[in-house]
Amino acid sequence: MSTASNTARANILGRLKAAPGRPGPDLPPWTPPTYADKLARFRQMAEANHAEIHDVTASNWPQRLATLLNNRGLRNLMIAPGTPRGDALVQAAAQGVPLPPLVPYDQSVEALKDALVHQVDAGLTGTRGAIAETGTLILWPTAQEPRLLSLLPPLHIAVLEEDTLHDTLAAAVRDQGWAAAGMPTNALLISGPSKTSDIEQTLAYGVHGPKELIILLVKKGE
Amino acid sequence: MTAATPPTVTAPAKPDTVYFFGTCLVDMLYPEAGLAGMDLLRHAGVRVIFPEGQSCCGQPARNSGYMEEARAVARAQLDAFPGDIPIVVPSGSCAGMMKTHYPHLFEGDPDQPRAIAFAARVHELTAFLVNVLGVTLEDKGAPVTVTWHPSCHSLREMGVVEEPKALLRQLANVTLVENKRERECCGFGGTFAVRQAAVSTAMVSDKLASVRETGAGTLLSGDCGCLMNIGGHAEKVGDGTRCRHIAEFLMERCHGG
Amino acid sequence: MAADGGHHPEHAPRFAERAPDALNNPQLRRNFRRAMDGLMAKRAAQFPDPAYWAELRARGAAVKARALAKLPDLLERLETNLTANGVQVHWAETTEEANAIVLGILQQAGARTVIKGKSMVSEEMHLNAHLERHGITAVESDLGEYIIQLAGETPSHIVMPCIHKNKAEISDLFAEKIPDQPRTDDVDELTAAARRVLRERFANADAGISGVNFAVAETGTLVLIENEGNGRLSTTLPPLHIAVTGIEKVVEFLDDVPPLLALLTRSATGQPITTYVNMISGPRKAGEKDGPTAVHLVLLDAGRSRVYQDVELADTLRCIRCAACMNHCPVYTRVGGHTYNAIYPGPIGKILTPQLQGLDAAGDQPHASTLCNACAEVCPVKIPIPDLLVRLRREAVRPTETPATHLPVVKDGGAERSWKESLVWAGWRLVYTRPLLYRMVTRALAWGGNWVPASAPLMRDWTKARARPRFKPRTLHDLARERGYLNEVPK
Repeated sequence: MSTASNTARANILGRLKAAPGRPGPDLPPWTPPTYADKLARFRQMAEANHAEIHDVTASNWPQRLATLLNNRGLRNLMIAPGTPRGDALVQAAAQGVPLPPLVPYDQSVEALKDALVHQVDAGLTGTRGAIAETGTLILWPTAQEPRLLSLLPPLHIAVLEEDTLHDTLAAAVRDQGWAAAGMPTNALLISGPSKTSDIEQTLAYGVHGPKELIILLVKKGE
Repeated sequence: MTAATPPTVTAPAKPDTVYFFGTCLVDMLYPEAGLAGMDLLRHAGVRVIFPEGQSCCGQPARNSGYMEEARAVARAQLDAFPGDIPIVVPSGSCAGMMKTHYPHLFEGDPDQPRAIAFAARVHELTAFLVNVLGVTLEDKGAPVTVTWHPSCHSLREMGVVEEPKALLRQLANVTLVENKRERECCGFGGTFAVRQAAVSTAMVSDKLASVRETGAGTLLSGDCGCLMNIGGHAEKVGDGTRCRHIAEFLMERCHGG
Repeated sequence: MAADGGHHPEHAPRFAERAPDALNNPQLRRNFRRAMDGLMAKRAAQFPDPAYWAELRARGAAVKARALAKLPDLLERLETNLTANGVQVHWAETTEEANAIVLGILQQAGARTVIKGKSMVSEEMHLNAHLERHGITAVESDLGEYIIQLAGETPSHIVMPCIHKNKAEISDLFAEKIPDQPRTDDVDELTAAARRVLRERFANADAGISGVNFAVAETGTLVLIENEGNGRLSTTLPPLHIAVTGIEKVVEFLDDVPPLLALLTRSATGQPITTYVNMISGPRKAGEKDGPTAVHLVLLDAGRSRVYQDVELADTLRCIRCAACMNHCPVYTRVGGHTYNAIYPGPIGKILTPQLQGLDAAGDQPHASTLCNACAEVCPVKIPIPDLLVRLRREAVRPTETPATHLPVVKDGGAERSWKESLVWAGWRLVYTRPLLYRMVTRALAWGGNWVPASAPLMRDWTKARARPRFKPRTLHDLARERGYLNEVPK
C-alpha cells in the first residue's frame, strides 16, 4: 500500500471513529422458507431459470450424457481430470461409450485460452450441492476443476446428486459451514444459463457465458 | 407489501365526543367538505367539537425545511386540542403529518411527550367512520359511477386503503370502478406543484388520463390537495370529470347534503 | 453537475430546467413508462406474502444498520482478512485518489486494455475517461453499459443503464459502430453481436475491473452478482483483477449475505436470484489453473465518511443499490435518469448526490419529489428517503453543525437560503400561531382572495396547467359556528 493510501486509510478510519456512536440493532428473527419436497421445488425453479434437467443414475449418466451431446452434434466436451466426474467420463469413453472427444482442462488458462474461448463446445463440472428455493447450483471450483469450465463453453453440464439439496442459501451456508471452513478462491452460485434483459427488458440467453445449462440429476440408490 | 396489509383494527371504544381538525386548505377553499365531515360524524351519533384556535398542521413549512416554523404552528395545534379526545381529520395528508411526523418534529423539545400523545389521538375521517364508529350508510341518491383517488399520505402514512372504498360499497346505487394507477401520485406535493411545475403537470395529466380510463364521471378523494390539483387540471383542460371530497358525496347521498 | 462540486449553481441547469427536455420527448416517456411498469410488476410478484416481506426486510435493514454501527471496525477486519487471503487493499479519500491507485496498478502491470464489469463506483470516479487520458482502453462488458459506452452516454438507471433506449435505437447504434453488423430488430441477434465483439475483448484484456455488491469482513470475500457472466469473465479471465467499492458495502458475516441477496435481486429485477453470484476470496493459488494472479480492492470514501457523521443521514449508507426506489418513483418514471445530471438518479440519488457533492451543486434535488413515499414503501433496507429529503431541504436553508467539527452537516449547508422565502415562512408562522389573526387573514382571503391576479408568483405557475383555486365566501370556521358546532368541550 502506498503512502497516499496509508494517509487515506488513517483519515477515513479517523473520521469514522470520531463520528457519534450509534447502537447496532439486534437482528430480528428471520425464518427462511423450507420445502417439504426440496427436489420438486428445485426442479420447478431451475426450469424457470431456463436450465434443462435430466434424471440419471450413478451408473448410466455417461451414456445419457453421450446421447444428449450427440443429439446436439457437439464437437467436443471439456472435462476436469482428477475429479470423480471427469475421470468417470474418461473411463466411460475408454469402455466404448460414444462420447465426443474429451478435452482435458489440464493446463493453466494461459496455455488453453484459445481453445477455451473459441473451440470448446461444452464443459462438465460437478456441484457442491444446490438450493431448492431458487433452483441454484453451488460450485466451488478447485485446482482440478477450474473456474472457467462453467463459464466459457457455450454449454455447461453440471452433475448434481439429489441428496445434496438445501432449502435455501442461508441453510447451505450454515449446514456446509462455509465461514468456519474458510472460503475457496472462488465460490459460485449458478441459476441457469447466462442471460440479459438490457434491451427492452427482453430476455436473451448466452450473452457472455453459456447459452445452455444442463443439470444431470443423479438419483439416489439407483 | 406493507400497504396491502389491512389496517389493524383494535376496535376502540366508541367515543361520545370528538374534535374535528378541518385543515387550512378545507377552511379556505373546501369548507363544505369539512362541514360534511362534521355532519357525518354528528349523524353517527358523536358530539363534534371544532376548536376555533386551530389553523394548520404545519406540513407546508416542514416539507420546505422550515422546522422551527412548522414546530411553532404545530405547537399551536397541541394547544388548541386539549385533553384526550380523538382528533378526526378530513385529510390523509394532514393526519399523516400529525400522526407520523409530530413526534419527530418535536425531538429534543419539552413538548415532545405532548406531541406523541397528540399523534396517538389523530384519525383520518374515513378510517374513523369505519373502524371506530362502524357507520352504516343508506344510499338515497340516483345511480352513479365513481372512482377513488387515495392520497399518497393516506395510503402510505395512515395506512388507509380499504376504508373509503368500504364506505362507498355500502351505497346501493353507487358503482365504484377502480383506477389501475390508483396508487400513483397525482403530482401535487404542495410546493412541488409550482417548484417542479413541468413534472407536476405531466403527473397530473397522466393521473387524469387514468381517471378517464375508468369511465367514471366522478372522482372522489379524501384529500383536498389532490382534489385541487386533479380537479383544477380537469377544469383547465375542459375535462368534465367531477372531483369531490368523499365526505361531501356521502352526506349528499345519505342525508341530503 | 460539476465533478468537483464547485460553487457555481447558477451555471448548472437545475432539475426543473432540465426536466422539460425529457418530458417533451414522447419516445423517452414511453420507454421509461413501459420499463418501470414491467419492473414494478416483476418485483411485486416476488413478494406475494406481506408478512414474509416485512420479516425479510426488517432483517436486511438491521444487517446493514449493524454493519454501519461497526463500520470502522469492520473495514479493518475486512482489510485484515482480505490481506491474509492475498488480496491487496487500497484506500482512497477522493475519486481522484482512487483513479490514481487504479492507474498505478495497471501501469505497474503494463496493462493497456481493461475489460470492465458493471460498477457504479467506477462511474462515480469517471474512471474510463481517466484511463483513456493515460493511454489505457477500458471496455464496458455489461450489455447495457457496452451500449451506452458505444453511444457516448452515461447510465440512466443504476441497474439497467440503457433503459432509456429502445431496440430500434440500439440496432441503429450497433449498425453504425460494429463492423459488418446489419440492422435487426431481433434481440437475440443484437445480443449475439455484442457477445462476438466482447469475447475477443475478454480474451485479450490485460486486466479486469469490477464493482462489489457485498464485502464480507468475516471471511474477506467480495460478493458480485450479475446475470450475464461478464462479471465472472472480467474477474476470472484477465491476469489482474481490480475491484472498486464504496466503504459502505461491508457486511460483518457471511450469514448476512443471504437475506440481503434475497432482497436485492427481488427488488431490483424481480428475480429470486441472479444467474451468477460470484464470491471472490483471493487471487489464483498455487496449482490452480485459472483466475487472476493478482487481486486488488480499492475502498473509496468520496464523501461517505462525512455522511456517516450524522446518525439520521447515515441511513443513506444502508443502500444496496437495487434501484427499486427509482423504478417506483413517479418523478423518475417521467423524466428518466439523465435529467438528474448525476451518477445516482431517482430517489436514492436525490438524497445521496447532495450529500456527496454538496448543496451548492445539488441543493435543488431534494425538492424534485412530491414526498409520495412510494420509494420508502419498497426500499428493501428501509431507508426513510422522504424524511431524508425533508432533512436535506432543511440543511439547504437552515444548516446544522456536526458537533465534532463545527462544519455544516452537509457540504454547502444553507446553499438554498433566500431572505424572501424566510420572510414568507416567518409571516406564515406569525399568522398561523395566532388564532385571532388567522381568522382575520382567512376571512380577508375569503373576501378578496379570488382577486389575486393570475400573474402573481406561485399562482402563475399553478394556473399554467390548472384552474385557480377558489376561496369560499365563508370559511369552515364560519360554517362550523353557524351550524352550531361547539368551540370547546363544555365544562
